[in-house]
Amino acid sequence: MERMLCAVVACLMALGLSINGASADPVAAADVKIIDGEVKTSLTGQPGSAVKGAEWFKNRKLGNCLACHANPKMTDEQFHGEVGPSLEGVADRWNEAQMRAIVVNAKEIFGEQSMMPAFYRTTGYTRPLKKFAGKSILSAQQVEDIIAYLQTLK
Amino acid sequence: MATGLFSSTAAKLVAAAGLAALAASATAVLAGPNDNKLVVDGKEYVTKLPGPEGGPLKTIYSGWNFRNEATQAMQLDDFDNPGFVNVETGEQLWSAVDGEAGKSCASCHNDASESMKGVRAQMPKWNEKAGKPLALEQVVNACRETNMKAKPWKWESNEMLSMTAFIGSHSRGMPVNVKTDGPMKEWWQKGKDIYYKQVGQLDMSCAGCHEQNFGNMIRADHLSQGHINGFPLYRSKWQKLGSAHRRFKGCMKNIRATPYKVGGDEFVALELYVASRGQGLSVETPAVRN
Ligand code: HEC
Ligand code: HEC
Repeated sequence: MERMLCAVVACLMALGLSINGASADPVAAADVKIIDGEVKTSLTGQPGSAVKGAEWFKNRKLGNCLACHANPKMTDEQFHGEVGPSLEGVADRWNEAQMRAIVVNAKEIFGEQSMMPAFYRTTGYTRPLKKFAGKSILSAQQVEDIIAYLQTLK
Repeated sequence: MATGLFSSTAAKLVAAAGLAALAASATAVLAGPNDNKLVVDGKEYVTKLPGPEGGPLKTIYSGWNFRNEATQAMQLDDFDNPGFVNVETGEQLWSAVDGEAGKSCASCHNDASESMKGVRAQMPKWNEKAGKPLALEQVVNACRETNMKAKPWKWESNEMLSMTAFIGSHSRGMPVNVKTDGPMKEWWQKGKDIYYKQVGQLDMSCAGCHEQNFGNMIRADHLSQGHINGFPLYRSKWQKLGSAHRRFKGCMKNIRATPYKVGGDEFVALELYVASRGQGLSVETPAVRN
């Protein structure tokens, strides 16, 4: 009986589900599939927090989206970048699934030469600093938080 | 001011640099290089010129034109230029005997204002004996080791920076003029490959920032074309002089890439290539940046 239970648990875990159904393991970066420019479901199975997303958005060690994108709603921050387009009203231009794909791997959406880094990718880098090798810039939950925040930019 | 894309240091130093007013509004745009003229001791430097036909830059601008007026002011008068402390140290080192041969630089090269004129402008330069191009730092050390029988200086040491600043000061106002043909071709190509290669966790190339986005703000930093006509230069973030290789290394680390070795073949090749992109700009050594 005990053995059987273990087997069931293992099986559930392999499917990426958890027993109580509350929090699933996030999808590994290598397993995220961008299809037709979209990633339809949450990377964590959880909705993101827009409040946290705003933090990651401006944090220089995390998203640092503000390095390249102006965001007229972030008036508390002094310096906004000009490398990418302003994200004013970005939620009117892209749906949630498309924005998720852009943040996960902008190179797949805009092309290899895009200046925008892939934020949820762990492979395919040249000469990454050792401490970042094999790691993604953001965690799956941080990506979801940023997606939740981007949706407030209408 | 800090460069640090994806670093924590960039935020704090900004207001001090006097940029605050310019960027008071969230969407403030510095929009490209400014048109200020660099005139030192009544001599006007070339900081802007048309790029060569078919080249990557329609107009070539010195990093000078991307700095704010507070930083620019420090380069307008040698008394205000913190790099001149090193130039003076370099002048003393020039005639200081060192090494077992009992010689100084002056023993062989006499008056630097004559013998070193134009040297910086042509670096890195092909060296027959080494069978490769050498950066100025390497030429200095070759002289120290073979002719003076003295210990080589470390690349980023105060002695080396002072000597390269002193030697470079004798090319001030002269056009950058590196050779890219003959045996240099292969090195130039190697430097070019590095320049355009996307590297690091942020997956960017030198060209992404300095060719496609010069004039744009990347957070608090105003992107220049990344020329090296002012090196070694004084940078307020460093609070001292630094070499071009130090700058390359910093830019690579900012994009979370493993830098090449300072003084290694890759950076010498990159230095050659970057110098060639700024062909015709006046040497500004020691320039002042933030
Ligand atoms: C180093 C520069 C850079 C960084 C950092 C960056 N982006 Fe971008 N982004 C771009 C560029 C450039 C584009 C335009 C597409 C292109 O040309 O590649 C873009 C496009 C976008 C778009 C589509 C915008 C539109 O209006 O079409 C979204 C959404 C976006 N970025 C979100 C983000 C978020 C969220 C972050 C941080 C997690 C971020 N970006 C970080 C450079 C950047
Ligand atoms: C993420 C953007 C970015 C990348 C990629 C980058 N740099 Fe820079 N670089 C900067 C910033 C910001 C500065 C400081 C402002 C300026 O002069 O552009 C700078 C400054 C420089 C300078 C000093 C220019 C001067 O006049 O003082 C040189 C030289 C330079 N970079 C070369 C390079 C080279 C070579 C590479 C590739 C190995 C590179 N950079 C990659 C952002 C970048």
